[in-house]
Amino acid sequence: MEPLLELNQVTKTFSGFTLNNLSLRLEPGFILGCIGPNGSGKTTLIRLIMHLIQPDTGSIHLFGTSMDAQERSVKDRIGFVYDEPCLYEDVLPFVMKNMVKQFYSRWDDQEFFRYFELFELPSDKALKHFSQGMKMKYMTALALSHHAQLIILDEPTSGLDPVSRHEILELLQAYISDGDASVLFSTHITSDLERIADYICLLDHGNHRFTLPKDEVLDRYKLVIGSLEDLAAILQNSTAFLCGYTKNSFGFEGVTDAPEQIKNDFPHIALEHCSLDNLMLYLTKRSLNI
Amino acid sequence: MFITISQFSDSPIYQQIQDQLIQQILSGTLAGGTKLPSIRLLAQELHVSVITVKKAYEELERAGYIHTQAALGSFVCKQNAEDRVEQKTQRIESLLAPAVEEALLLHISEEHVQAALHTLFANRKHNHDDND
Repeated sequence: MEPLLELNQVTKTFSGFTLNNLSLRLEPGFILGCIGPNGSGKTTLIRLIMHLIQPDTGSIHLFGTSMDAQERSVKDRIGFVYDEPCLYEDVLPFVMKNMVKQFYSRWDDQEFFRYFELFELPSDKALKHFSQGMKMKYMTALALSHHAQLIILDEPTSGLDPVSRHEILELLQAYISDGDASVLFSTHITSDLERIADYICLLDHGNHRFTLPKDEVLDRYKLVIGSLEDLAAILQNSTAFLCGYTKNSFGFEGVTDAPEQIKNDFPHIALEHCSLDNLMLYLTKRSLNI
Repeated sequence: MFITISQFSDSPIYQQIQDQLIQQILSGTLAGGTKLPSIRLLAQELHVSVITVKKAYEELERAGYIHTQAALGSFVCKQNAEDRVEQKTQRIESLLAPAVEEALLLHISEEHVQAALHTLFANRKHNHDDND
C-alpha cells in the first residue's frame, strides 16, 4: 500500500543537536505514537514533516509527493495540532473557525459542529477565556473537520486531564477506523499509547531507536528484576542482555531485549511486562553519577 | 461474544483476545459459522490497536479456529466433533506445558504432578457436585 508518510534517511543538525538519519513510513489506517524524553527530537521531526524546517539530507514524502513541489495541496490533506494554541485569542470560536475554513478545500462545517458539541465547547466565549484543555479540544475539532488523511499532533494530551485525554484518543481512533486516514502524534504520556497505538517510534537524543508495531515492542522488551548476584551474573555472561538498569542496595531492575535468553540462562529471574514508560526510561537513560 | 481487556495482566492484549475467543469457540458459545466483528470495529470497541486485533485473528487462523474470506470477514470454523476434541486437547496441553517446565525445574516427579492434578479434579468435583 502507498504510504501516507515516508521519511528516508533524514538528517537535520542544529547547534548542539542532530536528528540523525531517520527513516520511517506510515500507511493508511494506523496510529503512530512518537515517544522520547524532552529534547529527543519529537518536535523537530514534526516540524520537518510539516515543512516548517528543511532537512539537511534525506527526503520526506507525503501522499507520494514532496512538499517542496506541492506544499499547498499536501497541507490541504493534513490536520495539524500544535503543542501550544496558536489562535486569535480575542475572537469567538466560530469566527476563528471561519478563518481557518478558508484554507481547506474540503472543509466540512457539519463535522466541525459535531465535534464542537461533542466536546461541549461554549460558542459565546472568546477563545482567550477557554481553558487549556478547551483550546486543545477546539484545535482538535479544527484539525478533524476537513477530511484530512493524515492527522499530526504535537503533544496533544499533555495539558489535559485523564477524562479529556481519553475523549481525544477515542476520537482519533474513530477517525482512522475506516482505514483511510492515519494519525501521528508525539507524547511523553506513554500510557496513552499503550492501548491504542499501532506503531511506536522511540527517539533518544536525536537518534531513532526504532519504529515497530507496539505489540512487537511489548513482546521484545521485558522488565528484569532480581538480586545483585543475578545482576553480576547477567553482566558477566553478556552485557547485551540488559539495555539499561538501575540498582540499589537490595537488588536491581532493568530492561532486556532478549527475554527468551534470560529465561533460558537464568530461569529463576523474574521477567515482567515492561511499560512504555519503563522502556523509555531504561533505553534512553544517561548515568547521572549521583 | 464477550471480551474483556486487562491493562495489568501479564499476557499481552492480543493474547487476551485470542484466549477468550478460543475459550468461547471451544465451549460452543461461538458456534461454527459465526461471523466475527471486523478487525477495525473490534479494535475501536475495545480501544486497542488495529494491529493487536489483527495479530489475534492471524493466530486464531493459523491455529485453525477461524477462517477469513476476502471482503466477507472472519468466521468461526465449522468442525466435526473429532477435530473439536483434538483442539480441546491441544488447548489443555498448551496450558499444562508451563506447569511441566516448572515441575522439571523444581525436581518434582511426574507422579507427583499427576497426583496434584488428581487432587485438583477431586476438589473441583467436591465443590461443584452437579458439575460433571
